[in-house]
Amino acid sequence: MPAVSMTVNGKAVTGDVEARTLLVQFLRENLRLTGTHVGCDTSQCGACVVHIDGIAAKSCTTLALQCEGAKVTTIEGLAEANGPLHPMQEAFREHHGLQCGYCTPGMIMAALDIVRRKGNDLDEHTIREQLDGNICRCTGYHNIVKAIAAGAKAMGKGGSPTRQAAE
Amino acid sequence: MSATGIGAAVRRKEDIRFITGKGQYTDDVVRPGETRAVFVRSPHARAKIKSIDVSAAKKMPGVVDVLTGAQLATDKIGNLICGWMIHSKDGSPMKMAPHPALAAATVNHVGDAVAVVIAETQAQGRDAAEKVKVDYEVLPAVSDPAKAKSGPQIHEVAPKNTIYEWSLGDQKAVDAAFAAAKHITKLDIINNRLVPNAIEPRVALAEYDAGNDHLTLWNTSQNPHVARLVISAFVGITPEHKLRVIAPDVGGGFGSKIFIYPEEVVCLWAARKVNRPVKWTADRTESFLTDAHGRDHITHAELALDSNGKILALKAKTIANLGAYMSTFSSSVPTYLYATLMSGQYDIPQIYCEVDAVYTNTAPVDAYRGAGRPEATFVVERLVEVAARQLGLDPADLRKRNFIKSFPHQTPVIMAYDAGDYNASLKKAMELADVKGFNKRKREAARHGKLRGLGYSTYIEACGIAPSQAVGSLGAGVGLWESAEVRVNPTGSVEVLTGCHAHGQGHETTFAQLVSERLGIPFENVSIVHGDTDKVQFGMGTYGSRSGAVGMSAIVKALDKVEAKAKKVAAFMLEAAEGDIEFKDGKFTVAGTDKSAAWGDVALNAYIAHKFTGAELEPGLKETSFYDPTNFTFPAGCHICEVEVDVETGKTDIVTWTAVDDFGTVINPMIVEGQVHGGIAQGVGQALLEGCVYDKDGQLVTGSLMDYTMPRAHDLPSFKVGLTETKSPSNPLGIKGCGEAGAIAAPAAVINAITDAIGSEALTMPATANTVWAAIQRAQPAQQAAAE
Repeated sequence: MPAVSMTVNGKAVTGDVEARTLLVQFLRENLRLTGTHVGCDTSQCGACVVHIDGIAAKSCTTLALQCEGAKVTTIEGLAEANGPLHPMQEAFREHHGLQCGYCTPGMIMAALDIVRRKGNDLDEHTIREQLDGNICRCTGYHNIVKAIAAGAKAMGKGGSPTRQAAE
Repeated sequence: MSATGIGAAVRRKEDIRFITGKGQYTDDVVRPGETRAVFVRSPHARAKIKSIDVSAAKKMPGVVDVLTGAQLATDKIGNLICGWMIHSKDGSPMKMAPHPALAAATVNHVGDAVAVVIAETQAQGRDAAEKVKVDYEVLPAVSDPAKAKSGPQIHEVAPKNTIYEWSLGDQKAVDAAFAAAKHITKLDIINNRLVPNAIEPRVALAEYDAGNDHLTLWNTSQNPHVARLVISAFVGITPEHKLRVIAPDVGGGFGSKIFIYPEEVVCLWAARKVNRPVKWTADRTESFLTDAHGRDHITHAELALDSNGKILALKAKTIANLGAYMSTFSSSVPTYLYATLMSGQYDIPQIYCEVDAVYTNTAPVDAYRGAGRPEATFVVERLVEVAARQLGLDPADLRKRNFIKSFPHQTPVIMAYDAGDYNASLKKAMELADVKGFNKRKREAARHGKLRGLGYSTYIEACGIAPSQAVGSLGAGVGLWESAEVRVNPTGSVEVLTGCHAHGQGHETTFAQLVSERLGIPFENVSIVHGDTDKVQFGMGTYGSRSGAVGMSAIVKALDKVEAKAKKVAAFMLEAAEGDIEFKDGKFTVAGTDKSAAWGDVALNAYIAHKFTGAELEPGLKETSFYDPTNFTFPAGCHICEVEVDVETGKTDIVTWTAVDDFGTVINPMIVEGQVHGGIAQGVGQALLEGCVYDKDGQLVTGSLMDYTMPRAHDLPSFKVGLTETKSPSNPLGIKGCGEAGAIAAPAAVINAITDAIGSEALTMPATANTVWAAIQRAQPAQQAAAE
């Protein structure tokens, strides 16, 4: 089996994987980072969104080997251990942007990518359009939209010492 | 109201683990030596299994074993069952066909499992599954419920593929009322088939402990105790006390995770056979093929009115598709959860409803968010809206004329509504939606080439499921009470063990709010424990918006007992008569004195037991309650949808949504609003986007999220949500339930709005752009003719 090396949440990792091993399998099964979820296998639901070199990607349709040498950030890497929450995490909690929590890690990672691309001042229309790749079955999106707007604003104020996702 | 008590918008306890990726869903659980199960599934809707050759598959790398339905039968593993008996009009019992966890003789829908590969990895399992050779003799199939009775017979026990022909109500009285009616409104309705699509697919992980002959099942379940009961008592995998079922964090259910499915049975059976843990994780296609679907009704309905717009009677005839096998509670959905709600919010003297449930070669159909009540609401609310338009009356006015205004109110279809104020929610919704300004908005829209429409849905539902004796008399195989155990620790902190299960509802927060308020202790000092049959003695789980009304009532009853016991302890500590002890805000006092004891001191004294003898009082502070409700609860409200339809494309935009609901007492308004939002989204999904399609041969055409349209953020508006409140007199907290309201109310509001916009009632769900455009084209010649 070929070996793959990458940096995940700031840590250098290596592993032997089959050529067909998906990034999400490598994260969940090899590294036991189970915060990244699989919802649909077809790049539709976005529960598996992580950042590869700072850009949101669906880890259920990315081969682990494609990420050789890449910097990968997952939901587990947003806040320092025992540190404060990332402002976007905090905003999801404050605005009740989650119910069952299964789509949430992907939503938060996708939200950070929207901020990277569209800035900190996001209107409702922009958020709804940009959230096209993520499905939530619980919330009806109402509070997710509110959370992303608030989280984006909080990130702009630099109100948190935590790492920014685009790092 | 305290900051964390009843009525406070407390932020959720459970969120920290979910937003940091530390949730523990079933697929996140890994057991030492774990193997993976991959199912071999039928590609045919109906076929005879002539032979299965597993020899090549067994030789594949990493394969531990390959098991078939024949071995399952040899091991005498029983069939899956439907637990609610329905009798036909002629008195005969429903025709429940055998449902083995692995098909051995015939397959009856695409996705029916015939064998399972147990392998070291999922990839190896998939490779090997492709090597299992199944020789099928393909048989003709029927997928359309309208053609089921004349189609090829699927099961020996069910001639004409008919499960039951059931009715409710007084047919003669209804016929007489129709004969005397001044106006009759008739509608043909298809309630489209839906796929629940919780974002977490189903997962089962089974582990066998040979030393103790004990099995553990981690399962994506809304009701682990019921799963344990059915799997032990009916399927016969192992005795109940030898099986532990754990439903950890569950990523959405919406009904689809209530049921007992073949895969969990097979994983348990296989784990013992290979003596290693066995995990199955569904992919999304398996979810589409095998999760129980929802709705799928074909209905003809009629409403009779007098010359004043007073409703005289309603009748409906429905064909309900239950799919290839009867799922766990499937029989109850189109009967006692459907026809019993046909009175809506209206005083309707006579109602008659006939339901024919049929088998087809499609996935089983069972309860999906709302379960029967959305179908009933759609029938009633479409009839009322169309009747108003036909009579030239304002739809809100026709509703007001017919609202039930005094309570209790006995409907002709079993339900006794106990409390409500339907005018209040309609009035408030009309104000919030600015109905007065609608005509102006409609004219403005017309200037931009858009058709603007407004639709009401004044829905009702029966929740708080349910009084055990009542449902028993209607055929339920179980009681529908709920249990709670309140454990006070020596330090005064509290664990509540509940038989409910949370899969997004936030029970860890709302249940703790109740305990915090009642005992006057910090919210942080309360933990809610659920989802494990080794911890919670028994419970009925979460569905039917029952956890507040029934589950929290059980906690209230257990807290009553805890307080009574604690007062006894306090009486010994304070050397006072028990009757003189008062408890308030976490403090025990002696009436008329300044003597007091804090909650924590009383808890400690209950356990150290130094102030009383064993003859006087038992040590400890832990109480249990099994609460059986006295009635259903009846949440109701008014949703108003305003749409703009693009004449050129038929695309519908929901411009505004207003929801005013009466849920009785609200524990946490933030969580309740979230439930309403999610329900509306699913209802709008049904109305505009979602539709499960089988072709005539039973192939699933919508088998992935690329073919089946789920509502996304840009399909929906933000929602205006308001509340009115009449407390339910049927439980100690006055709660009615909020989980399904949106999904029940929404479809009728959307379709009433679009049909208002386009001026034609002939519109089926999902009202996609193409469907609406075609309806506009059909309506235009008629409208032009009318104009000329």
